[in-house]
Amino acid sequence: MKGKYRIFIPRDFSSSSLGADEVSVAIEKEARKRGINIELVRNGSRGMYWLEPLVEVETQQGRVGYRNVSTKDVSSLYNAEFFKGNGNHSLYVGFVEEVDYIKRQTRLTFERVGIIDPVSIDDYIKHNGFLALKKALEMRPEDIINEIKISGLRGRGGAGFPTGIKWETVFKTPSEVKYVVCNADEGDSGTFSDRMIMECDPYLLIEGMIIAGLAVGAQEGYIYLRSEYSLAKEVLQKAINIAYERGYLGKDIMGSGKRFDLEFYVGAGAYVCGEETALLESLEGKRGIVRPRPPVPAVSGLWGRPTVVNNVVTLATVPWIIREGGEKYANYGTDKSRGTLPVQLSGNIKRGGLVEVPFGITLRELIYEFGGGTYSGRPIKAVQIGGPLGAYLPEDMLDIPLDYEALQRVGGIVGHGGIVVFDDTVDLWYMMRFAMEFCARESCGKCTPCRIGSQRGVEVIDKLKNNRGDEKLLVLLEDLMDVMMNTSLCGLGGMAPYPVLSILRHFSDELGLKKEINYF
Amino acid sequence: MVERELCKVINRLKDKKNALIPLLHVIQERYGYIPPHTIDLLSDELNLSKAEVWGVLTFYSDFKLKPPGKHIIKVCRSEACLAMGGKAVQEYIRQRLKIDFGQTTLDGLFTLEDLYCFGNCACAPSVMVDGKLYGRVFPEKIDTLIEEILSGELKKDERQV
Repeated sequence: MKGKYRIFIPRDFSSSSLGADEVSVAIEKEARKRGINIELVRNGSRGMYWLEPLVEVETQQGRVGYRNVSTKDVSSLYNAEFFKGNGNHSLYVGFVEEVDYIKRQTRLTFERVGIIDPVSIDDYIKHNGFLALKKALEMRPEDIINEIKISGLRGRGGAGFPTGIKWETVFKTPSEVKYVVCNADEGDSGTFSDRMIMECDPYLLIEGMIIAGLAVGAQEGYIYLRSEYSLAKEVLQKAINIAYERGYLGKDIMGSGKRFDLEFYVGAGAYVCGEETALLESLEGKRGIVRPRPPVPAVSGLWGRPTVVNNVVTLATVPWIIREGGEKYANYGTDKSRGTLPVQLSGNIKRGGLVEVPFGITLRELIYEFGGGTYSGRPIKAVQIGGPLGAYLPEDMLDIPLDYEALQRVGGIVGHGGIVVFDDTVDLWYMMRFAMEFCARESCGKCTPCRIGSQRGVEVIDKLKNNRGDEKLLVLLEDLMDVMMNTSLCGLGGMAPYPVLSILRHFSDELGLKKEINYF
Repeated sequence: MVERELCKVINRLKDKKNALIPLLHVIQERYGYIPPHTIDLLSDELNLSKAEVWGVLTFYSDFKLKPPGKHIIKVCRSEACLAMGGKAVQEYIRQRLKIDFGQTTLDGLFTLEDLYCFGNCACAPSVMVDGKLYGRVFPEKIDTLIEEILSGELKKDERQV
């Protein structure tokens, strides 16, 4: 029998890491003890991680929330009859959708995240799920591709390549077998949007992948998932099984006679496998070694066949675009950066979490208005954008708009949309060295600039730290970074110099260096 | 694990062109590492050279060559955790267990591993203990987590006596 009171407690990796599972057990136990009839739904997180575990209760006017609930609060919550949505408790936050952080967002890709029960396919369907697929089944492949082109969607995994053009290349390359591969190897520090989609709205990714298959003529898909994401694996596996049972996957998608088979494949702890050609090698069962390009995967990818490789958020944005139209998506954003970006605020920040906003918003608005400044309360010293290969920017540069080209002009990248905030206690020498150390450890070893360059980078940084007046060492370091950027086979070696050069460029005073470098 | 069980899984997957990594995961999960004899088994069954199997398993940090301790503690070393005092957390846990990353305590109770990013960056610093992820782990929390394991072990010992 369904409960009288509906209560929502998130079950995503981060909420669980803050005790949501224990709270969920305690709330159910207390309900039994008190003889109160509740229905407990494990929804996904809304992405307001500073409020987690956020317990929500359904009322006739909407869902209300109680923030940072721990097992110790359960008894007092029941005393206040929280299950009726009562506001007389210190943890009460009011209507969740009225919280400024959510209200000010433009949630397109994340429209259902935190709202639905992730594994319930009926919940997904009730919230406009599979409408885009139904539409796409009646469209010609060219028209699907065209709609994506109109939307201006660019790859959200880091490179920012126009998705429509990638799909068109695969579509036009003749082959009996083609593949759609989802890059779910989200390894950048400071990013978790892919994880949230997979844990909180898995059918959305499945729907996006089927549409990609229909557009390019692929009947098989793989999700390459990083092994650290154990909950995403569990949720996706369930969702894929249910999608097969209900006829959304398999040889007769929604009775159309069209086929799409989907399975997932778990990586094994290698950052470089987030690079698409290394990912394909790994998916073929080999060492994750980068392949030289050309040919690009769209022409010769998995087992030499034309392959779409897109990251999770990119594919998860496709259903919205097909459902609502490419033009509507393109209305958001800036000139060449169309639509919205799910930004992830993390590190030393007061209100860390997921913020989906149109491109064009400034970093300052994101970090201060959404993020509320630092967690420690100290001044911001630096901000790293776009993962471990992204640039560090000083506080006075935060008026830059979030935009692929604007960031590129200052030597930065949008990357995966992760923003990591550091306060003034940050050790920039350590962070600079860390970038090279990380690259040395994660390099696949195929090309010399990355394999040897990163190791040399660590050594030169150490030397420079001990001889800060030695201008020759600075020139050497700059030269080495230049070689890595221009001659590495892939983005790992090619972009690992960004954090180093940006720190040298913007923080020479803090580093105790007399000379500034003029990169960017 | 019973070898027969492993052979069953191998038989189920071996016709796939990319069975090696999934099978290594199965072995890693059941044994806690990749025992040498399973390398021979895999190379025979999958028709790969031992060098190929060895090459793949040593490329990926998930696959271990030594048996782990009873409890595995994984610490994130990435930027978002560093921004929240992750370096102090790393140092504290190494001192507390008196081992470095990749090592196991002499009593075989703890293995300490490092990795880059759990995707829990908004709740940094992050530490995983026996597969369960914890956010906002500052040194005091590490003490609690370790004490919990130690007292659990003590209870087990008492029951055995």
